[in-house]
Amino acid sequence: MRIEILKRPQNSPLMAVAAPLLAIGLTLITGAVIFVALGKDPLYGLYVFYVEPLTALWTIEELAVKAVPLILIALGLSLCYRANAWNIGAEGQFTLGAITGAIIPVYFPEWNSWMVLPLMLVMGAAGGLFWASIPAFLRVRFGASEILTSLMLVYVAQHFLDWLLRGPFRNPNGFNYGETRIFQEAARVPILIADTRVRIGLVIALVAVPLIWFLLRRTLAGFAVDVVGQAPRAARFGGFSRNKVIVGTFMASGAFAGLAGILEAAGPLGQLKPVLSPGYGFTAIIVAFVGRLNPVAIVFAGILIALSYLGGEAAQISLRLSEKMARVFQGVLLFYVLACNTLVHNRIRIVRSPRPASAPAAGSAVEVGNGNR
Amino acid sequence: MGIAESVVATIITASLPLLLAALGELVAERSGVLNLGVEGMMMMGAVAAFGIAFATGNGGLGVLAAVLAGMAMALLFAGVALGLAANQVAAGLALTLLGLGLAGPIGEGWVDRPGVKLPTLDVPVLSDLPFVGPLLFSQDPLFYLAVALTAGVAWFLFRTRPGLILRSVGDNPHSAYALGLPVLRIRLAAVLFGGACAGLAGAYLALVYTPIYNETMTGGRGWIALALVVFATWLPVRLAVGALLFGAASILQLHAQALGVGVPSQLLTAMPYLVTILVLVLISRNRVLLRSHTPASLGQPFVPER
Amino acid sequence: MSEALLSAQGIGKRFGSVVANEAVDLTLRAGEIHALLGENGAGKSTLVKILYGALLPDTGTISWEGQPVRLTSPAAARRLGIGMVFQHFSLFEALTVGENIALSLGGGERMKALGKRIAALSGQYGLPVDPDKVIADLSVGERQRVEVVRCLLQDPKLIILDEPTSVLTPQEAEELFGVLGRLAGEGRAILYISHRLEEVRRIAQRATVMRRGRVVGTCDPRTETTRTLARMMIGSDLTSVVAPVPPGESAPVRLAVRGLSLARGIPFGVDLEDISVEVRAGEVVGIAGVAGNGQNELFQALAGERGSMPPGTVEVDGKDAAGLGITERRRLGLAFVPEERLGHGVVPDMRLSQNVVLTRHRTDPELRRGVTINVDEARAVAARVVYRFGVRAGEDDPVAGALSGGNVQKFQVGREIDRRPAVLVINQPTWGIDAGAAVVVRQAIVDLARTGSAVLMISQDLDEIFEISDRVGVMADGRLTPLQPTAELTPEAIGLMMAGMNAAESPAPADAH
Repeated sequence: MRIEILKRPQNSPLMAVAAPLLAIGLTLITGAVIFVALGKDPLYGLYVFYVEPLTALWTIEELAVKAVPLILIALGLSLCYRANAWNIGAEGQFTLGAITGAIIPVYFPEWNSWMVLPLMLVMGAAGGLFWASIPAFLRVRFGASEILTSLMLVYVAQHFLDWLLRGPFRNPNGFNYGETRIFQEAARVPILIADTRVRIGLVIALVAVPLIWFLLRRTLAGFAVDVVGQAPRAARFGGFSRNKVIVGTFMASGAFAGLAGILEAAGPLGQLKPVLSPGYGFTAIIVAFVGRLNPVAIVFAGILIALSYLGGEAAQISLRLSEKMARVFQGVLLFYVLACNTLVHNRIRIVRSPRPASAPAAGSAVEVGNGNR
Repeated sequence: MGIAESVVATIITASLPLLLAALGELVAERSGVLNLGVEGMMMMGAVAAFGIAFATGNGGLGVLAAVLAGMAMALLFAGVALGLAANQVAAGLALTLLGLGLAGPIGEGWVDRPGVKLPTLDVPVLSDLPFVGPLLFSQDPLFYLAVALTAGVAWFLFRTRPGLILRSVGDNPHSAYALGLPVLRIRLAAVLFGGACAGLAGAYLALVYTPIYNETMTGGRGWIALALVVFATWLPVRLAVGALLFGAASILQLHAQALGVGVPSQLLTAMPYLVTILVLVLISRNRVLLRSHTPASLGQPFVPER
Repeated sequence: MSEALLSAQGIGKRFGSVVANEAVDLTLRAGEIHALLGENGAGKSTLVKILYGALLPDTGTISWEGQPVRLTSPAAARRLGIGMVFQHFSLFEALTVGENIALSLGGGERMKALGKRIAALSGQYGLPVDPDKVIADLSVGERQRVEVVRCLLQDPKLIILDEPTSVLTPQEAEELFGVLGRLAGEGRAILYISHRLEEVRRIAQRATVMRRGRVVGTCDPRTETTRTLARMMIGSDLTSVVAPVPPGESAPVRLAVRGLSLARGIPFGVDLEDISVEVRAGEVVGIAGVAGNGQNELFQALAGERGSMPPGTVEVDGKDAAGLGITERRRLGLAFVPEERLGHGVVPDMRLSQNVVLTRHRTDPELRRGVTINVDEARAVAARVVYRFGVRAGEDDPVAGALSGGNVQKFQVGREIDRRPAVLVINQPTWGIDAGAAVVVRQAIVDLARTGSAVLMISQDLDEIFEISDRVGVMADGRLTPLQPTAELTPEAIGLMMAGMNAAESPAPADAH
């Protein structure tokens, strides 16, 4: 018995919806198996992970807080991945956005104008944009793999932050901790709903969703992104510049990550610290794929992944499991999503006959562009 | 050991995990598969090596466990990227995220604990030679294995028929398939070898390189190994040279820090990553050279026609 | 006649809902050259893959020298003595000739010994190959020699050749026919797949004709005419293209290429050298030549896909286009149809309306509203092209990849002609599509020209060149001969031009470059 993959002449719209749901289902089953292996009640384990966080108001607030950066970053990344440009350094762009955005509250702590926060957001986005433009530039100018350079810049950004926190950005009133001062009130992202932790970052993320959707579905720029990603030769034939698209999508995703960075620093954190995020920049890669690079689906994916972070924390308390279990669940989910995505482009058939050995005429490649995302 | 000797010795130590991981990736890429999961496989290798050696007190068993763990991770990747023909970049990223994720809860109890060290094996007579003796003939078993693997991979790829077959699959899987070669099985074998090597690299980190367990043991070395393969233009011997250069870069920055040169230590720590970027830029500038060496089908999923 | 070497009975094969082969019978005898005839999509390739062990049939039996066999893999077929020369070469570009040949043999042989065997065999049949050369550096003709040598080294009793002459000059084809005759004389069977009827009538003793997956007849092609053979293949008489009188010398020049030289852009490409050609309003100019002699480079240069060129080298209606990119050239009135359809001319996973936007977003203002795309207009254009050019689409506005090759070609040709371009540059307009679609495409090209546009058509198919081009030039080794009226030329004369310049490549008179 063996499994055969047959390319569908046309992507299945049913599977496009069903595949992520199937992947979630398989992840839950795998999770249950893991709980059994760890000697925990699987149903209770899943309940703690995925349901309990939804039963209290404060955890729902927390969900919104965690989902905002994930959604913002993933929206930007989805543009890159659609163009077949691989920005995996969003974590670094997030860090740099937080750094550049923090310049005003660090150096002008007395400035309390309404202009402060908008300026910080712009500077944060610009910082992320700048950091992302480096790998994009190296790619289009020298052909250097953007995958590796963008990733390397994550480490560089982290060390840069570390240096700033021990040097120029250090809190003069602090006790030599590697932290900045707490940002002044005008430099904090306002609370959206009174008495909650939900800030206006949520509004920014939710406004970005229809904007990206419109860009992709209705504008020539969005069309260029998809053409470059699906068929680079056809893109050139159509007069679309691949280099411009690569630089453009990298800059956009860097700006989104940078914005998420300063929203986090000026929001829940209120200062810069050595550790700014629990890996939002990497986790957002998972969010982008679970959302099948679709802006609307990314919202749901972001909430789902944020839920698993909270689930991890809950599991630590209720089940005495490591909160790092969350990252295991996230990794497993991404694997299942990629596996199930195959069903969108291909039909899977299980055959009982012995393997008829091989061989098409050469050159009958089915693969065009990167059809198998 | 004199100062020069000890510096060279640390350079070799720093380059070895890079060499091991990159060798495996080189073989996988020669078959046309780009596995970005090296960091994840390496981390699981380190976790397995540390855990098993810790539990049994036997470093050899730790190495074996690391190899198996790396291969298990590689198998996972192969299932998605080869079996289901998923996008290799995404599947590799998934593998890294999963590997780093799994390492968290598994290794939580070992953080900051010292582990088992692999013994040093002296080669009789040769280890008594001045300078080269202690450097090359009084090393841990993984060092000798790495040297043998480098030579072995070079010989395999360019002097044996299976090596020729592997290269042909990387060049044009459709033609290979038309000749009746089992393309996916060959790629699977190459990916598994890559996993085993990444596991060995992890074992080296856990049992030789780092004195105590920590969660960021791999520290991006898997990614640097990927860059090394490009730098070496997919040639094993050039890979060994590249690994030594990278090892030197990371060790010299440590010495520079110790000497207190007037540069922030963070800049020095970031050096290996900056050097990686620089090297990638330099090698990629020569597009003709790179294109004529890159396996033609690298990163492209293969679906057999039936 | 001798015993059957291979006999296939009742072969059937389906792919999903598509019937590729049904109840196919085929008998091959030792010492005969047997032609397998049929249009693109008639099921020839499927049948051949089954005979070569690359596909398992759903139904039917195959016997070899009287014994029933199961051909489960190409290796199994090779062990029996079945060798194959592929249409799209199955060679490894990065490997040497020797390595390529070694891969197809059993192994265990030293490279040196193999080299000697290669030399001996290539001497014996007059097929010179150098075992140490890397495939990527070889010309198309040389590559085919490697394929043939590789096949012969296995000492096959049956040799299958899939459209072998489509990449050869008439002279190279002659040499191949000589080799095939000798091989048949040695008692080997040859299965020769082709849609070139003249060729088949000359060299084959028997022919099996396929249509829509079935065998529709077996005949002795020497006693048939091309017309009767064509009717068997197509099932009816084809309407031929109606080509009214071409314009006179006084018609204005719409496309002018003057002294265009361009270094190769990719490692194994061809340098263009001093190309000059003028196309007048109302005429179709054909560019003949064997694949790989710079036609694709010329197409890319005209399309502006290769960056800017020296001023004055390309002019459209007297305006300099040399410094412009593809978009600006389109705005001057140029339109392009590339050889490769999926992935170059159209995006397979995008709908036809999106593929309209792909090439027309800057020439048709009504396709845009500011920065946004006018989706309704794009759909309307796509529907118009589908209607006017008879594109058979299963649904409204399908993705391009869901159409058959012929229908994709009708769409991408129609997409450009619908714009009424001043100049159309088209590369291999009917390559790999069925005869019905080919007639539609050729007629559309002629009709466009006769309304006052200029058409430059690059084609390997000499029949096509003679059918619709008014003047013709030949490309060889990156150069183009001066244009001559097609009516004053014969296929042999064009073949000599291809070969004459090819000959200048080798041992080299001083003026070769």
